[in-house]
Parts: sequence; C-alpha cells; structure tokens
Amino acid sequence: MTLSVTQAVLDGAKLVDLSTSSVRELNAALHALAPDSNETFWKVAHPNGRHAIAAGLDADIDIEIDGPVGYYCAGMNKRGRVVINGNAGVGVGENMMSGFIHVKGDASQSAGATAHGGLLVIDGNASARCGISMKGIDIVVKGSVGHLSAFMGQAGSLVVLGDAGEALGDSLYEARLFVRGTVAGLGADCIEKEMRDEHKALLAEKLKAAGILGEVDIGEFRRYGSARTLYHFHVDNVSSY
Amino acid sequence: MNDLTNTPRTKPRASATFDEYTLSEIRRAAATGIYDIRGAGAKRKLPHFDDLLFLGASMSRYPLEGYREKCSTEVVLGTRFARKPIELKIPITIAGMSFGSLSANAKEALGRGASAMGTSTTTGDGGMTNEERGHSTQLVYQYLPSRYGMNPDDLKRADAIEVVVGQGAKPGGGGMLLGQKITERVAGMRTLPVGIDQRSACRHPDWTGPDDLEIKIEELREITDWEKPIYVKVGAARPYYDTALAVKSGADVVVVDGMQGGTAATQEIFIEHVGIPTLAAVRQAVKALQDLGMHRKVQLIVSGGIRNGADVAKALALGADAVAIGTAALVALGDNDPHWQGEYEKLGTTAGAYDDWHEGRDPAGITTQDPELMKRLDPVAAGRRLANYLAVLTLECQTIARACGKSHVHNLEPEDLVALTIEAAAMANVPLAGTNWIPGSNGNF
Amino acid sequence: MCGIVGLFIKDPKLEPQLGALLAEMLDIMCDRGPDSAGFAVYGSGKDGTVKLTLRGPAGTDFAAIGTALGHEVTPRDTHAVLTVPAAAEADVRAALKSRFPAIDVISTGARMELYKEIGLPADVAKRFKLETMSGTHAIGHTRMATESAVTTDGAHPFSTGSDQCLVHNGSLSNHAGLRRRLEREGLTLTTENDSEVAAAYLTYRMREGDTLGEALEHSLGDLDGFYTFVVGTESGFGVLRDPIACKPAVMAETDQYVAFGSEYRALAGLPGIENARVFEPEPAKVYFWDRAA
Repeated sequence: MTLSVTQAVLDGAKLVDLSTSSVRELNAALHALAPDSNETFWKVAHPNGRHAIAAGLDADIDIEIDGPVGYYCAGMNKRGRVVINGNAGVGVGENMMSGFIHVKGDASQSAGATAHGGLLVIDGNASARCGISMKGIDIVVKGSVGHLSAFMGQAGSLVVLGDAGEALGDSLYEARLFVRGTVAGLGADCIEKEMRDEHKALLAEKLKAAGILGEVDIGEFRRYGSARTLYHFHVDNVSSY
Repeated sequence: MNDLTNTPRTKPRASATFDEYTLSEIRRAAATGIYDIRGAGAKRKLPHFDDLLFLGASMSRYPLEGYREKCSTEVVLGTRFARKPIELKIPITIAGMSFGSLSANAKEALGRGASAMGTSTTTGDGGMTNEERGHSTQLVYQYLPSRYGMNPDDLKRADAIEVVVGQGAKPGGGGMLLGQKITERVAGMRTLPVGIDQRSACRHPDWTGPDDLEIKIEELREITDWEKPIYVKVGAARPYYDTALAVKSGADVVVVDGMQGGTAATQEIFIEHVGIPTLAAVRQAVKALQDLGMHRKVQLIVSGGIRNGADVAKALALGADAVAIGTAALVALGDNDPHWQGEYEKLGTTAGAYDDWHEGRDPAGITTQDPELMKRLDPVAAGRRLANYLAVLTLECQTIARACGKSHVHNLEPEDLVALTIEAAAMANVPLAGTNWIPGSNGNF
Repeated sequence: MCGIVGLFIKDPKLEPQLGALLAEMLDIMCDRGPDSAGFAVYGSGKDGTVKLTLRGPAGTDFAAIGTALGHEVTPRDTHAVLTVPAAAEADVRAALKSRFPAIDVISTGARMELYKEIGLPADVAKRFKLETMSGTHAIGHTRMATESAVTTDGAHPFSTGSDQCLVHNGSLSNHAGLRRRLEREGLTLTTENDSEVAAAYLTYRMREGDTLGEALEHSLGDLDGFYTFVVGTESGFGVLRDPIACKPAVMAETDQYVAFGSEYRALAGLPGIENARVFEPEPAKVYFWDRAA
C-alpha cells in the first residue's frame, strides 16, 4: 500500500482530514495498522456525509468522526470503537461483528443491519429497518425507530427508549425487542411477551453497556418477541409469508 | 336399457390442458394447501442452445488442426477495478450453491474438481465453510440478501465477491431452506434455530436499486482494499437493463442466470413461469455491454442449462466471457444417478427426475445434510468425475472453436452461428439457417 | 434510479445564491445519476407574462426566433426562455409549432424555468450556467436510466403543468397500465419513462380539482412501486416517499432554507448546515413548504 494520509496529531490522536485525504486513504491506513500499533486513537475531520468511512476495521482502536457520515460507516466493524459526532447515513455498522459504534445524532435506514455482534448506540432516532436481519448485535436507540425495525431479526437485542413504527419485528426469529414508548404496529409473528426478571436483568445489562442504566425506568419497557408460528410452513399462516 | 356392448365407443381422451401432471398438482394442492416446492431449474421445453448450429470452416475459412495448433481457453475476470483479477484456465466456472443446500462432501468435491481444472467455485446462501475454502484454489464468495454467515474475515479470504441480486430460477424471489436441512451446523452458520423452515429475503437489507448498489460496492471494495473482483449476479428477466445497471453500479463482472438455472428449493410455479431462457438472455446482456463500450472490459458469465461443450461454445460465441454450471456439476458428482434407482423409487420418483432437493433425503448424498446419506459421496472420487466432465466440456468447446478457425475460444462470434428455428433466430439474434433472415428487432431490445 | 436535490429559500438574502448552491448539490449527486441531469428554477416573473422554456437542436438561433415572434428571449445553450404576455401564450405556442417545428416547449409558468440535457450532471449545470441563476426555490435531478432510454426527453424534471414540475427516484411497477388510463383521459405523454407517468398523474388529479397535496395523497393509492418524489410549484415544493421508503431522502431546515437531498453529502456544503435540523421525511407522508403559508 503506497497510499498515505495527511495526518497530524491532535490531543494525542492521529488526525485525518477528509477535505484533504480520501476515504480510501483513511481506510487503507486503518487497515494497515499493525496489531501492536500504538496509534490507537484517531480523529476524522470533515466527513461531510462521505460513504464507507472506517469500513472493514479490524483493530482495537478508537475513532472519533467529527460530523455527519454517509452510508455504511464502520461497516463490518470488528473490535473498533467508533464515535460519530453527527448523523449517520444508511446502514451504519452494517454486519458489525464486534466493537462499539456510537451515533450522537440520528441514524438513517437499516442501522446495524445483519450485524452479528458488538453494540450500536444511537442518541437520536433511527429510521426504517433498524436492525433488519440482526444476527447478534445489541442496538440501543435513545429516540424512536421507523417501520419494519428488527425485520427478520435472528438474534441480539433492540432496545428503544422512544417509539417504534409500523410492523415492528416482522417475521422475527430470536432477536429480543424492548420498547419503552408506543408501538405503531407489530409485524407478522411478533407478539408482546411477559417481562420477567431475567428479561429485566438482560435489559439492565444492555442499558448499562450503553451507559444509561438508571436514567430510564426499566419498568416502563415492554418486551416483544417471536410467536414462532412461522417457523414451519403451514397453510393457515399463508397470508403471513 | 339399451345394450351398449356392441356400440363402438371413442377412446377415453385425456385433456391437453389438464394433463396428468396438472391433475396430480391440483390434487396435491387440494390436499396440502401449500404451493409445490422443489429444486432444480425449469423443466419445461424451452428454446435453447440446441436450436443453434455452428458454421464450421470450409473454403472461405480455414480450420485449426486439433492436436497441434493451439486453441486457448483462459479467461481473466475482474479487469475493470480489482487489483487482483481472477485468472481461470477454462471458461467454465461452478455456480453458487450453498452449504446447507449441499452436503459438506458435495462442496468439497466441487472444490476439488474445479481446482484440478484451474477454475473457481462459488459459495451460496449460508456462508463459507473451511472445507470449501480449503479445497477451492479460487473461491467466489456470494453476498446475498440474507447475509447468513457473512463476515469480513471470509470476505477477505475470498478471491472474488458476487453480489447476488437474483437467480434464474426465481428472479425477484428469496431463498428457501426447509427444516429438514437446518441441522445444528447449518443453523449455527446462519444464526437460526435448528430445524425451522428458513425464509430468505428477496431484497438486500441495506440497499435497493443501482444508485445505492454503487455505494454498497464501494463499501465492499473499501473493506477488501480494492483487491477483489466484484461480480453482480442477476436472474434473466430484463438482462439488457440489468446488465447496463450493474455496469453503472461499478461491477467488474456481470453474471446472468437464465431460467433453466437451478435452485435448492423454490416454488415450482416460480421456477417455470418467471424469467426468460438463457438463450434469450445472452445477446441482450452482450448488447448492453457493447452499447456502453464495456464488452470484454466488464466480463459476462452466463449460466442456466449449460450441459456440453457446444453449449459453452455457443454462449461464448454470443458474447459471454465464461459460463457457470450448477445442475450439470451436481450430475457429474453423482446426482440423480441410476445407481440409486431403487431408492429414488422409494421416494416416489425416478433417477433423472429427483428434484425434492429441499427434503434432504438425496440418495446420492449431495443435496442433503443427513450424515449417513452424505457418506455415500466420496469427495475425492466425485471431484475427479467433475474434473473429467469439465475437461470434456473444454475439449468439446475447443473442438468447435478450432473447426471455426479460432485460436482462442473468445474469438467465436455470433456470425459463426445460425439458428434452426425462428424462435431461436429471434432470441439469439442470428440468422435462420440457410437464410440471411434475423427475425425480430435486429438487435434492438 | 437517481439523485434528487431541492432548495427552498426562506431568507431573501440567499436568493441570489440559489443557482450556485443547487449546482454544488447537483454536482455531488453525479454518482447516483451519471446519464443526464435537469433542474427547474423559480426565478423572477412579471405580472401578466408567462415564461416558456424552449428547447431546440444544438446551434438553434433563439434570438432570431424571439425577433420573429416579437418577444423577449433569453438563450441558454440548447434552451431559451421566451417571455410573453399571458394572454398571448396560446398564439405564441401555435406560431412556434407552425413556424419552428424543431422547437419544443418543455415548460411554462409565471416563474419556472426548466433545463435538462444528457451528460454528466456537473457538465449539464455548467452548460446552462446554473450557478448564475437566482430565485426562491429550485429542484434538480441526476439520472441513472433504468428501463427507458437516455434521452433529453427522458431527463427529469417533468413539467406537470404551469409552474409545476416533478422529479423521481425509484421505479414504478404499474406505470404501463396507468399510462393507458391517463392517455384515455386525454393526457399526452412523450416518453416511455415511468416518472413522466407520475407527473402526468399529478397533472390529471389537479385537473380534476385536487390541490397538489391532495394529488400526492391520491398517488399513494394509485401508484405502485418505489418512489421518492419532489415536486415544485410556483410558491413552494413538496416531498413524498412510498410507504416502504426504499429510496433515500434527507432534509435540512434552517431559518434561511429548506433543503432536500438523496444523500446528506448533497447538503454538506449549504451555509449553516452544522446547525440545521436534519431529518428524514417519513414514508407515505406528504410534506409541503409554501411561500404563501
């Protein structure tokens, strides 16, 4: 890799300014980090909604992005801790494996789509299809989520402090959903389930991970999950397929 | 009462509309209340490559000697943007088939056979296995709507990435894998409960349309540092537009799968009634590439019903860079072999017609996850059979190319072909044999 | 399949910059639609006059046409704006048709001017000197052609009536049938483009007495498929996304403007964007910003 990034050092961090460096240069530098690198704190300036910023991270590092990002920010993240000081475009943290992503603004559609692990925290709202086909990620949305959130959710948990849009958890597999506000409608095979102590403990664990344990009353949340009636094809369910 | 015994009577007359198959399907539907699901591709009679013929060399053109004069077959895929294009020794690749739909032994055999011949295999819905990666020297990793088992490590150890928009058996439909085949290992790879009937999405979860696909492809390139060729696979429906849009989205390679292309499990009605035949799709896809000035720059792989070297040569002559085989490869491994006739009969079918691939009871041990059945397939021997078959396809294709005077199979041209039927002439955009008549729109799609 | 941008100015101080801001937004959306581009700008108008945007073959001598017809003409590359008394519009159209058959009238309105051409959006904007235009609001579009041909007629915006235009991102699935229905109702469609059907549908609904908002509401029931629409009128602009909302949309609002972009990138260069209210329009909800309101 012969690419280089325009770098400076700010508050002990490597600074990459995307008004002078390209996303390709930034990502190439991040991918080239040696496992024992001491360059573990990066700042990204002027993202201006560019796509695929910090995609494909596989390093135990911190990245702070100062402004709004475009599609697929931190896509397929492994281990990285990414903070976005602004809104995130479509598919933030899509297919994340592990690590942490914190969106300080709103997230667009398909936040955390198909992600296998890690924690995604969104301070604002997430729009449609938040957590679609989630496969193990934990998502905590402090605002509300749009329609078809957790569609076909397979595993992991979605915690929503605000409201959920239409068709929440449609065709849900085993993902666990907790919503504090109103739910505009449940999707096919998604039902409200009893909130037992073990679920409260689980929710507390997720809120703690998101750093907001104690800020909200766990008793205000309701739990939703799969009725598991679509797990085997049956003629009486035909309208739900 | 009249005595009718001596009155001549007409024979019982079966309906052409309500034929035996149709009647049996109505009864099955009435009894179960669910559509028929099966594997394999379209089984109805379709206009196909059989309806085309090559014009060999004679006086106006000179053929090449079969054993002494070279006829090359190598193909390079992904020359547009990828830093590490794929180099195949033969213009025949193995199409995407999932671990889950196929047994681990079958996947291993595909890898062994393809690698022996210097070509690639392709994963399917459900992720990459170590067996498959280990036995395939060149492996294309499919990126599907379900994203089952998708992870960046496998993405990085793949040799190419194939973004699947659709497949020929079901353009516009999602995948299915029924409970019988969701074993613990398959379920684990897909993050699904064991034994459930899995439903795959028909659209990707985080992009729709070519304008957003362009951004998705950019992300995949960023994650893999612009090394891997990125294919876009579509089911043949509107191949002119789909090919053009795949190019505009930034694809390195376009894969067009005709309606004869197989599937592990799809509604019969979908397989037989949605999409267009491979023959009708090739020229449209090629025309799109030509109109954009990208023919041979973005490579085209055609699949769906490729059986012999003539099919390969005809697809190449119509403008494809390579073909992919699925069903034929499974047959080479041993699928539907008469050796297992007694067992096929127990399943209510016969060798050659067995297509309940979703039920996981394949006597040949290929479309199954049953450990006992799987053992019947020796991956080494089956891999050898596949390598032999690929060798024959290649030799046959070369035979035809030499007869047409070509020192590389890619120098076959549509002008080397004529059609036997008006339908084939119109679809393939080549003249009816013995005439200069090309019915239809003369290349305008 | 496309990129859409729109800018509605609230603070008159920003009006001289309308074209320059829109040109920058359009430029960034080149990736989403490299085939063609177009834009409608709502600039100044004079009481009692209408502006006809004309399009002719390259090299058309628009000044001569203006002189021949006796009306003021402002040429811009392959397009020109002919300003005529409102009462004379029908006569001018008839004269254009008979005397200058190579000239198309692509829009009409008290204030709207409409420009579109094939080519890279950034180049198209330059050809028409978009950056020099001023006005109250404007809508632009970059096109990646899906099924219909890459032609100037197929470029967006589609004019839906006097001072009205529409741009579309997405793909309709019932436009062929709807086209036949609209043609029976007497509407004339000139392209195979699904977006033109959407535009004609809105024109039809408004002819039947709908307001633009009502027409958009009706389209939720009658148009099938995927769409994000941005429509312009003499006094404002509206946004509608289909109920599934597959195609992206981002909006930003400040005291100075309301802006629309298919992606945030398009909005990133707007003044004061750092402090704007940035949000995504909800699916199946009609949004409208109006100067009169």
